[in-house]
Amino acid sequence: MKTSEEILNILKDKFGDSIIELKSDKPIDSFVLAAPLEVDKICMFLRDNSDLQFDSLMNLSGVDDANGEKVKDNKGTETINGGTLSVWYHLESTKLKHKFTLKVSTERAKPEVTSVTEIWKCADWHEREAYDMYGIIFLNHPDLRRILMPYDWEHGYPLRKDYRNPEFYQGMKVPY
Amino acid sequence: MGILDKEFSEGNIVIAKTDDLFNWARLSSLWQVGFGLACCAIEMMATSASHYDFDRFGVIPRPSPRQSDIIIISGTVTLKMATRIKRLYEQMPDPKYVISMGSCANCGGPYWEHGYHVLKGVDRVIPVDVYVPGCPPRPEALLEGLMKLQEKVRNESMIKKSA
Amino acid sequence: MALKTEEMVLNMGPQHPSTHGVLRLELQLEGEIIKDVIPHIGYLHRCFEKHSEAMTYPQVIPYTDRMDYLASMYNEFGYALAMERLMGIEVPERVEYIRVIMGELQRIASHLVALGTYGADIGAFTPFLFCFRDRERILHLFEITCGARLLYNYIWIGGLSNDLHPDFIRLTKEFIKDFKPNLKELNDLLSFNAIFIERTADVGILPLETAINYGVTGPNLRASGMKWDLRKDDPYSVYNKFDYEIPVGSGEKGKIGDCWDRYFIRVREMEESLKIIEQAIEQIPDGDVKSAIPKRVKPPEGQIYTRVENPRGELGYFIISDGSLNPSRVKVRAPSFVTMQVFPELCKGFMVADVVAILGSIDIVLGEIDR
Ligand code: SF4
Repeated sequence: MKTSEEILNILKDKFGDSIIELKSDKPIDSFVLAAPLEVDKICMFLRDNSDLQFDSLMNLSGVDDANGEKVKDNKGTETINGGTLSVWYHLESTKLKHKFTLKVSTERAKPEVTSVTEIWKCADWHEREAYDMYGIIFLNHPDLRRILMPYDWEHGYPLRKDYRNPEFYQGMKVPY
Repeated sequence: MGILDKEFSEGNIVIAKTDDLFNWARLSSLWQVGFGLACCAIEMMATSASHYDFDRFGVIPRPSPRQSDIIIISGTVTLKMATRIKRLYEQMPDPKYVISMGSCANCGGPYWEHGYHVLKGVDRVIPVDVYVPGCPPRPEALLEGLMKLQEKVRNESMIKKSA
Repeated sequence: MALKTEEMVLNMGPQHPSTHGVLRLELQLEGEIIKDVIPHIGYLHRCFEKHSEAMTYPQVIPYTDRMDYLASMYNEFGYALAMERLMGIEVPERVEYIRVIMGELQRIASHLVALGTYGADIGAFTPFLFCFRDRERILHLFEITCGARLLYNYIWIGGLSNDLHPDFIRLTKEFIKDFKPNLKELNDLLSFNAIFIERTADVGILPLETAINYGVTGPNLRASGMKWDLRKDDPYSVYNKFDYEIPVGSGEKGKIGDCWDRYFIRVREMEESLKIIEQAIEQIPDGDVKSAIPKRVKPPEGQIYTRVENPRGELGYFIISDGSLNPSRVKVRAPSFVTMQVFPELCKGFMVADVVAILGSIDIVLGEIDR
């Protein structure tokens, strides 16, 4: 059993700069912010280190932080420029019974995160879902396709906050 | 079958209109495509199981659309599914009927406003004969929907209408 | 194998009587042997996460019902629990007890559907009717409590929509009394049926290492031999007040983690759920089920990941609040979604006819996979 602080210190020793900080000011869950392109190495370490043994990835979620600048064009439709998208990893060790939350943030304009499918197989579909819903590119993912939306969906990433529905898809009217 | 026991002895003849006879035969054996979509499908399963017994109306689930007379659209139709549903419908032999079960299939149900991937009503892709409201409709409601469909079949005519 | 047989791609679904909904599988065969399976999902993607961003917190509850429509009570339970932890609400004891009773009844109802349809998939139709007969009794209990048979909107943030029906305790006791012999009947009819064992034992074996790496949880993980149940390992609500066992797979008829194990775990879990319900209705305290419901649900800024043991495994809610009345993000970790990924691994090397047996044994619900 280790607390988030202890885990953070182990990680700091090993990775230095790519671990950015521990945030525990918000209620309930504290989390560690890490660099998006290093996350696969960090996760590999988290799984294989004998003091940590995070053998299970509980959840991986993409999130739109919606912290960019909101721009309205002349038709009144709003888009978000800049800001970040982020990915949250909830890890757990079934052997040592401790949990850990990791967050990475990436540029909205060019969202790229390294994939952790090699480490936990269950990340595969989670990452595909995050790609499908937010357009986050997972580098080194073996098969990054849409998963829930149709493969030929061309109208953007539905869970982004500035997503707008198309009028028609394959001749079917989409809005009510 | 009261009348058949009492009123007729051997060798009797019944005179009826062909329409009535055929319609009676058709409406008593409406075979259904064994096909469930979402939560409503569970209620549809419950309808065919022990308590409500769909079989007594002659509704038997068939695994293939090519052997079926009705399709019960039981649940949310998504955009990805809509093309398949159209295809299933086209695979069924005529005469064919559609029961739209539940608010989702009727009009989008709880997903009508923000459902970016939900078709707002299956009648946008295939014609519907009976709408059964509810979320999910009780099995009794589905039975009533079926009876309404039987009524419709009963009053149909076999004679080809010109245009 | 020197003899080469023809390779073929076979499409199964989305309309197929044994895919438990609208799942599409692309089977790559070599003769009758399965080389690989590619699942295609999303045919029931109903945009749960988008909806929850547009709704206020209490309005999300009906949508959680519609995710895993066989275990609606438990979905509400998980969501309510997450929100209560985020807002720091203490709920009255009575509410906790009622939630546990409802949750366990729901577990039995859900397993009954799983077992009944599993029998039907494999060719035994009678157990299906038997299971649905018993399930109707549970649905009746739910109906007298909250008025709905399938999608309840019963467990609210901080409380319940209404108290138990005066007849509830009596009817539940009657149900338990009648259900116990029925369970034995189910065992005689299906579980220990020679043909059934032949079809399921030694088929679709899931080794423990693979299961953990793929994040498999719930009965499927326990069938592979690991004693892991969030009711005991990450306790929530009042589960630690009851005395019950966590059944694990033992490889009784074949190898550990085969289809029969996964099937039989569910039968034994129903027995354990009955024990919990029996104890809970004995101990249930009095109280007001609505006293802790907040007037306005406005949690502080922050995020939380909460999980519960749903009939299919670990159901997690990851909620981010930005301090307003609507959640900024609700992500659901659906047990079936994760379990479905391991399906190709289970199928490889078995026969085409086994696909149905394996798929039925992992007990997926498409509403939850696609959300
Ligand atoms: S109408 Fe209601 S019960 Fe039926 S599929 Fe839609 S949401 Fe589910």
